[in-house]
Amino acid sequence: MSDEDHGFGGHRGMRDASIVNTAGRGTIDGTRRSGAVRPGVAAAPFLAARDMRGGYGKADILNGCTITVDRGQIAVIVGPNGAGKSTAMKAIFGMLDLREGSVQLDGTDISALNPQDRVRAGMGFVPQTANVFPSMTVEENLQMGAYIREDDFRHTMDQVYTLFPAVAAKRRQAAGELSGGQRQQVAVGRALMTQPKLLMLDEPTAGVSPIVMDELFDRIIEIARTGISILMVEQNARQALEIADLGYVLVQGTNRYTDTGAALLANPEVRRTFLGG
Amino acid sequence: MSTNRQSDAASPWRAPALLAVLVILFLLEGGVSNAMFSGSWNSALGILNMGLLSAIMALGVNITWGYGGLFNAGVVGFLALGGLAPVLISTRTIPGAWAAGGPGVLLALLVGLVTLGLAAVVARRLSGAWRFWAALAVVAIGFVIYRELFDPAVVAIEANNPAQAGNIGGLGLPVLLSWPVGGLLAAAAAWGVGKVALGLRSDYLAIATLGIGEIIVAVMRNEGWLARGVLNMTGIPRPVPYELNLQADPGFQARAAGWGMDVATASGIWVKLCYAGLFVAVLLALVLLSELALRSPWGRMMRAIRDNETAAEAMGKHVTRRHLQVFIIGAAVIGLAGAMMVTLDGLLNPGGYAPLRYTFLVWVMVIVGGSGNNWGAVLGAILIWCLWIKAEVWGPAFMKLVTTAMEPGPLKAQLLESAPHMRFVAMGLVLLLVLRFAPRGLVPER
Amino acid sequence: MDIANALVAILNFVVIPAAAYGSQLALGALGVTLIYGILRFSNFAHGDTMAIGTAIVILLTWGLQSMGVNLGPLPTALLALPIGIAITSGLVLLTDRLVYRHYRRVRADPIVLVMASTGVMFVMNGLTRLLIGVDEIRFDDGARFLISVQQFKAWTGLTEGLALRLSQFITLAVAAVSCWALFRFLNRTRSGKAMRAYSDNEDLALLSGIDPERVVRLTWIIATALAVMAGTLYGLDKSFKAFNYFQILLPIFAAAIVGGLGSPTGAVAGGFVIAFSEVAVTYPWKKIAGYLVPGWQPDGLLQLLSTEYKFAVSFVILIVVLLFRPTGLFRGKSF
Repeated sequence: MSDEDHGFGGHRGMRDASIVNTAGRGTIDGTRRSGAVRPGVAAAPFLAARDMRGGYGKADILNGCTITVDRGQIAVIVGPNGAGKSTAMKAIFGMLDLREGSVQLDGTDISALNPQDRVRAGMGFVPQTANVFPSMTVEENLQMGAYIREDDFRHTMDQVYTLFPAVAAKRRQAAGELSGGQRQQVAVGRALMTQPKLLMLDEPTAGVSPIVMDELFDRIIEIARTGISILMVEQNARQALEIADLGYVLVQGTNRYTDTGAALLANPEVRRTFLGG
Repeated sequence: MSTNRQSDAASPWRAPALLAVLVILFLLEGGVSNAMFSGSWNSALGILNMGLLSAIMALGVNITWGYGGLFNAGVVGFLALGGLAPVLISTRTIPGAWAAGGPGVLLALLVGLVTLGLAAVVARRLSGAWRFWAALAVVAIGFVIYRELFDPAVVAIEANNPAQAGNIGGLGLPVLLSWPVGGLLAAAAAWGVGKVALGLRSDYLAIATLGIGEIIVAVMRNEGWLARGVLNMTGIPRPVPYELNLQADPGFQARAAGWGMDVATASGIWVKLCYAGLFVAVLLALVLLSELALRSPWGRMMRAIRDNETAAEAMGKHVTRRHLQVFIIGAAVIGLAGAMMVTLDGLLNPGGYAPLRYTFLVWVMVIVGGSGNNWGAVLGAILIWCLWIKAEVWGPAFMKLVTTAMEPGPLKAQLLESAPHMRFVAMGLVLLLVLRFAPRGLVPER
Repeated sequence: MDIANALVAILNFVVIPAAAYGSQLALGALGVTLIYGILRFSNFAHGDTMAIGTAIVILLTWGLQSMGVNLGPLPTALLALPIGIAITSGLVLLTDRLVYRHYRRVRADPIVLVMASTGVMFVMNGLTRLLIGVDEIRFDDGARFLISVQQFKAWTGLTEGLALRLSQFITLAVAAVSCWALFRFLNRTRSGKAMRAYSDNEDLALLSGIDPERVVRLTWIIATALAVMAGTLYGLDKSFKAFNYFQILLPIFAAAIVGGLGSPTGAVAGGFVIAFSEVAVTYPWKKIAGYLVPGWQPDGLLQLLSTEYKFAVSFVILIVVLLFRPTGLFRGKSF
């Protein structure tokens, strides 16, 4: 929360729709300019976010957390509520000012970039909620995903429609009118339109049925096979670790366990503490 | 961040410091005569009196905004409506006016109210597509009956002695009685607006008040039978002595000689001091009441709602009803100020109610003073009023300085001629600077 | 019954003036609704943006006239309009840079922006007064009528005349073209869609690589262009008076809300709804009633409300729409 909230206007339960519009308001500072990119450490993984410390305000949420993903790998972050999983994702995406630590993508240090420029650098992000443009059609949602592209993106759009046939059938419909699962597919499709090298998903299966969840995980595996690295935060830890090449268990903003998905599933301590036995 | 400095700077000396600034400005205006100040105690007291009234208006806005988080964009309307009270309560009865059309107008207004009530009932009871059309039909029929009753009555009243009166006249009661009545009139209007604009899917109070403000002022301008409209109502009785009577009073002449002043000046000052005394008493009473209310269970609840509406709603507190209450109270305070202003001027001039001056300038006062803080609003109001008045003088002085190097020509003439309008720019800048660098105002909320 | 004359009278006294006024309101309301949708607050300074833009156009018109430049039958102001839009846009972008941008950066509550816009309103109001004064100014030149009453009567042989003033025709034409262009821009172009996307979901727009500051700048420019057009057309149609532009803020806001705040289609529809009701309710129908019901001579003027209460009409429509359809005629809040 900014200091302004304690000044004029803050804490006044302002809901006068004739003068203020709170629908679709953002949380990220869009006015921030990017700093320079620097060459990264050689021979580091494709994504290497190291020793991240920071939070919103005075108390840190991340206390030296490190996340790396290799090319074409699926990495999953799990952990209890309040462990800083989503915060770690946001930090990697530049939505949060880090006090310490660095983020390196494909050999360059992008720690100084703002989120918009990280998209251009090859990151795609699917937020947990509010991840479509509700009043725009499915097709327009995908077009907006391709906003940064100067080339012909029709081929990518066809790929997305092939990946999600249910969405293809509704391309002229407003995204806000779709079901939860379909909306999630549109959200992933929008992120794929940027042709990211790293796709980040914040709890993609939150609030969808188990069948839809299984299908979504299948699609995510397909996406990873095309060489795109995947980093996702998941509440459904067991199912997510089953498809994960690499799993991170975060507790209080630090790495507790890091191993392959299968190994974490096999680890009795992880099972008892984090996977409910 | 530059605004961070403010957060813990709510030091206790801010209010006294601001008060000291105001006192200095007052002394300068009264005692120093140069290009900047008039050196006339009459002028200084005149500014102070209007400043006190502005403070009461600001208090009204501060109650609605600071306690309820509601945006009243129609201050000017409630103020004007309050100003109607002195005319209706305290001016002389006009022979023949009531007999000509009084009952007719009352009946017509009653029909109008019943129509609206009936339409509301119809709209609530019915459902589906019929709802709208049924309500519309009720309103249409009611409107025709209303006009049939209203028009002849108004024509009769306005035809009664049109040169001097032409209005319904007053009750001839003491003018002080009209002050609370002014508050009641404004409160009634606020109830109507609030009932409609609050608690729909979300609030639409800002636009609704903006509209009702314009409408009230338009009604007062055009309904000659009510208070002579743009012909203005003059000679509204005073609660304090008249200057001419004082000047003729040997006792006062002696006292004026004792003060070492000529009688004319002394009588002006004396009258203004009387008004100032009355205004300060009302202002202090209002601040006291509002501070007490804030500390009462009711005030704690208001703050709970303001700070966390969702939680308060879950606790079973009727947010919309509380908002309506606080909006009505705020409007009543503004209406009271309106009645007091007309009493001070001795004149009701509906043409003078400009929204920029009476709605948005009052908002500037509240924000500059410190929204949510009663003392802040009061001191901010007096300060902004001083600046508003003095900027009209300082603007041309400043412009003269700026244009000294310029060749005489149409541009220079235009600039010098329109320099008094500089005060609009000045007020805007003051508001923007305070909002940017001291968002909590000069005397922040505790 | 004399239907032909009645229709001509309705056309002449109700439809044409209301259509012209409705176009002016629609242009103004489009600006308000775009700013509400994208910058997320109601801009109280919009009326004064119209005023200062029109003042600049008038000064430029005078400049052109003194150089002997004119457009023949068309008003010279049309030539000055694009330059006026450019200058006013520059001014508005400057206010964004100096005032509003800070609040976006600290993610201040939108009500702070509303308050800041009243500050800007004061400044612009004062600047307009400094620039051109408070007097009424007429700045239309060129031909006055496209169709005059005498011509019409001669053509048709009807007793009722019909006049179409050039300024009314220009208003309709300019409004139609700019609405068409705006809707095409919003629905077909990449930048227009980016604006809609930003209005729908700011964060996601950012995550799609859309530069928010560019969207904001574009919005200010478009809203200013619409405002200056609306103000100039209003001034050509009636006359320029700085205070009127503050007063027109209420019908403009009402139009935007009636249509559904944030919806451009709604803003246009709302503008015409408000304008037609205002004119119809304040028009004395006596003459037309005389044509339709021969022999009927009503006592009154058959005027529902006197013209002084035209603002009440926008208010009542606003309230009725909010009571019966709280989101406005077109679903607002997003495009």
